Amino acid sequence: MFGLEKRDTTLLLIVAILTLFAPFILNPFPTGSGLAQFNAGYPDLMQRFVIFGIFAIGFNILFGLTGYLSFGHAAFLGVGSYSAVWMFKLLSMNVLPAILLSVIISGLFALVIGYISLRRSGIYFSILTLAFAQMSFSLAYSVLTPITNGETGLQLTLDDPRILGASATADGSIPVTNLFGLEMRSTYQMAVGAWDFQFNIGYYLCALILLAAFYLSIRIFRSPFGMMLRAVKSNQQRMNYTGLNSKPYTLAAFVISGMYAGLAGGLMASMDPLAGAERMQWTASGEVVLMTILGGAGTLIGPVLGAGFIKYFENIFSKINDNVLHGWFSFLPDGLEDFVVFIVHPFIGKGWHLTLGILFMLVVIYLPGGLVEGGQRIHGWIRGNKRGDASQSKTNPAE
Amino acid sequence: MSKTDVSRRGLLKTGAVAGTGLALPTIFTAQSAAAFTNDPTGGTVTLGFNVPQTGPYADEGADELRAFELAVEHLNGGGDGGMLSTFSSKALEGNGILGKKVEFVTGDTQTKSDAARASAKSMIEKDGAIMISGGSSSGVAVAVQGLCQEAGVIFMAGLTHSNDTTGKDKKANGFRHFFNAYMSAAALAPVLKNLYGDDRKAYHLTADYTWGWTQEESIKAATEALGWETVNTVKTPLAATDFSSYIAPVLNSGADVLVLNHYGGNMVNSLTNAVQFGLRDKVVNGKNFEIVVPLYSRLMAKGAGENVKGIHGSTNWHWSLRDEGSQAFVRSFGTKYGFPPSQAAHTCYVQTLLYADAVARAGSFNPCAVAEALEGFEFDGLGNGKTLYRADDHQCFKDVLVVRGKENPTSEFDLLEVVEVTPAEQVTYAPDHPMFAGGQLGSCNPGA
Repeated sequence: MFGLEKRDTTLLLIVAILTLFAPFILNPFPTGSGLAQFNAGYPDLMQRFVIFGIFAIGFNILFGLTGYLSFGHAAFLGVGSYSAVWMFKLLSMNVLPAILLSVIISGLFALVIGYISLRRSGIYFSILTLAFAQMSFSLAYSVLTPITNGETGLQLTLDDPRILGASATADGSIPVTNLFGLEMRSTYQMAVGAWDFQFNIGYYLCALILLAAFYLSIRIFRSPFGMMLRAVKSNQQRMNYTGLNSKPYTLAAFVISGMYAGLAGGLMASMDPLAGAERMQWTASGEVVLMTILGGAGTLIGPVLGAGFIKYFENIFSKINDNVLHGWFSFLPDGLEDFVVFIVHPFIGKGWHLTLGILFMLVVIYLPGGLVEGGQRIHGWIRGNKRGDASQSKTNPAE
Repeated sequence: MSKTDVSRRGLLKTGAVAGTGLALPTIFTAQSAAAFTNDPTGGTVTLGFNVPQTGPYADEGADELRAFELAVEHLNGGGDGGMLSTFSSKALEGNGILGKKVEFVTGDTQTKSDAARASAKSMIEKDGAIMISGGSSSGVAVAVQGLCQEAGVIFMAGLTHSNDTTGKDKKANGFRHFFNAYMSAAALAPVLKNLYGDDRKAYHLTADYTWGWTQEESIKAATEALGWETVNTVKTPLAATDFSSYIAPVLNSGADVLVLNHYGGNMVNSLTNAVQFGLRDKVVNGKNFEIVVPLYSRLMAKGAGENVKGIHGSTNWHWSLRDEGSQAFVRSFGTKYGFPPSQAAHTCYVQTLLYADAVARAGSFNPCAVAEALEGFEFDGLGNGKTLYRADDHQCFKDVLVVRGKENPTSEFDLLEVVEVTPAEQVTYAPDHPMFAGGQLGSCNPGA
């Protein structure tokens, strides 16, 4: 299907099913129950899952295929966000032109940065990209404040021109982002028994774009171009000695991955029309590296899993506070309850970084291939067991 | 004998049809029942407290969270009731809000607009919060206020001092109890004139975001009206921790007053740097060099230690105030946590009470009804004397305190002394004042 091999088609279908049914899958616990704390099926977080999924897929095209570790990818995300918000301010609240512009601008930006940074490889390349990203961050934060509005972040106001739309709605508020009239924030609530599922237009737009981005990434992985990028990863020097100029390939990969980041930034701004400089900070660049490594660098689905994993921790674990803990452990005797809460306390709330850090360490040490390797091992273990059983049942009658 | 022949396909089909049939009516009820976002239908109502737990304002955030917990306890009839007994409005009975038990969720803004909005969104979309409060930075407050306006819930701003929050970025669903930069300047100017005369040269160091900008603008305008000259204004990044490179040029600028438009950890560091450079012992233009910190808090004074002695600034509230409301609040806060509350804690506590009271008076959680109950509301007994929630811009007007770092503190909390209480009339401005112009409230949005 779509010019893909059978295995890749299955993978694409799995991702499609996962994203389209995410409102159900991510909301396994009834709304009123104590475990509802762990539900992730609300629009904002689901949007983040897929948007950062796109970001990580793009990063993986560069890092997973060519092995070039960019430490400044957040700059493209930020540039994308700013372009999208400016489009909302100047042109119209339709998300389509905003997303297009953010992809184009971040692509150009990536071309310039990539052209310079790719003159070096290895650690020097990483440092160069990091430097460029920090420069962009500082520019956005304090130098280019007329364009970026500094620390406050670029926001929509009632007196924006919006040439192809209204500056303000009839009842005096800022119009909302839409796709030809479909409001991004409109959510359809479906209550089934104790469950409450939310279907958000913005999320489904992001999900469809994620599928397209995923499909494109499969095609790139399987194409001759992808093969060339893999060759760069395995031994660039040898490639150069054969008389082949690898630079156009790496630059193309860099620009494509920058455009993916810009797309993610544009989508972020479309879901929530605000762009802040902190989106470009080095911590944000580091986050996408973590996502890719955690999920499995160089695999197709790994980065998406990693993105979901990190965003889940950031949004769900950081919101557990001591009150919630006391609620969970209230069945224990008083002294013991306080003790357990005291032990768990550093790992939740603002301590979510600690929990994530420990999990990251465990994954890197025991599953160097990331979550994907974990999945493969479980799969192999189940299959292995079955095979073991089968061979036993086979040998038994022979005795 | 009957034979039941159930095929897998048939079972799936019937199951799907039956499921859709069961789900269909509930879709309509869920859609039509809610007249506004997160209408609380059960026996509880959820409030969202979004405060910085990490970053330069983390101390303030922690204190705000304590105040919120205390307020919820008092609303639910626990503890000694705090300011409920001194509050001029008696609509709250200590049985929650409109008989619903108050519950709350918390989140970390990280003092970043992005993170703050994500956290507020999850409170609204996932936890069903009907009101969002908190924030220790104007950048965050402005961002979250905009979000609440779009989502259709009430935003009760916490510690935000920028003119923009109720100026050019004001929103119909947002309300601010805290004072603002203009009020600080209006209250400080006469005191500065008495102390330092009307012939001074000022040098500003300003935190580079919405609050810093309006703070600088306000102080500059007020001091220049006195006859002072502004030598230079320099913006510093919010994330900066070392200000030595910004302090050094002050020495050679010919200025004799340094105005630090910094707050929280920023101010602690910049003031410490300034004192280390010996600015306070210098004599410039035949006058003693002075430092002014327009927005002051006890937590900052604690952080800066010895360095704050004799330095003037303004504050929204201080725990040493002798009125009934303040004393009641300090007593219940002190009993629960063992130390007096900060101004951030005070404004958050008061905002929660004001919201609950407005709901009780309106008889509804509908944001539009609540907004109407808050607009033009006059009250007393919450620690700042007579206060008005102005309808034009959703800003509270009340007395402002001018304070000074105490020379001989008697305890580790007794760091500031009140120099003057500037009456509300003196800090009141017209809603269309140029420093606040450029924005519109818009109309209230109930969401859904």
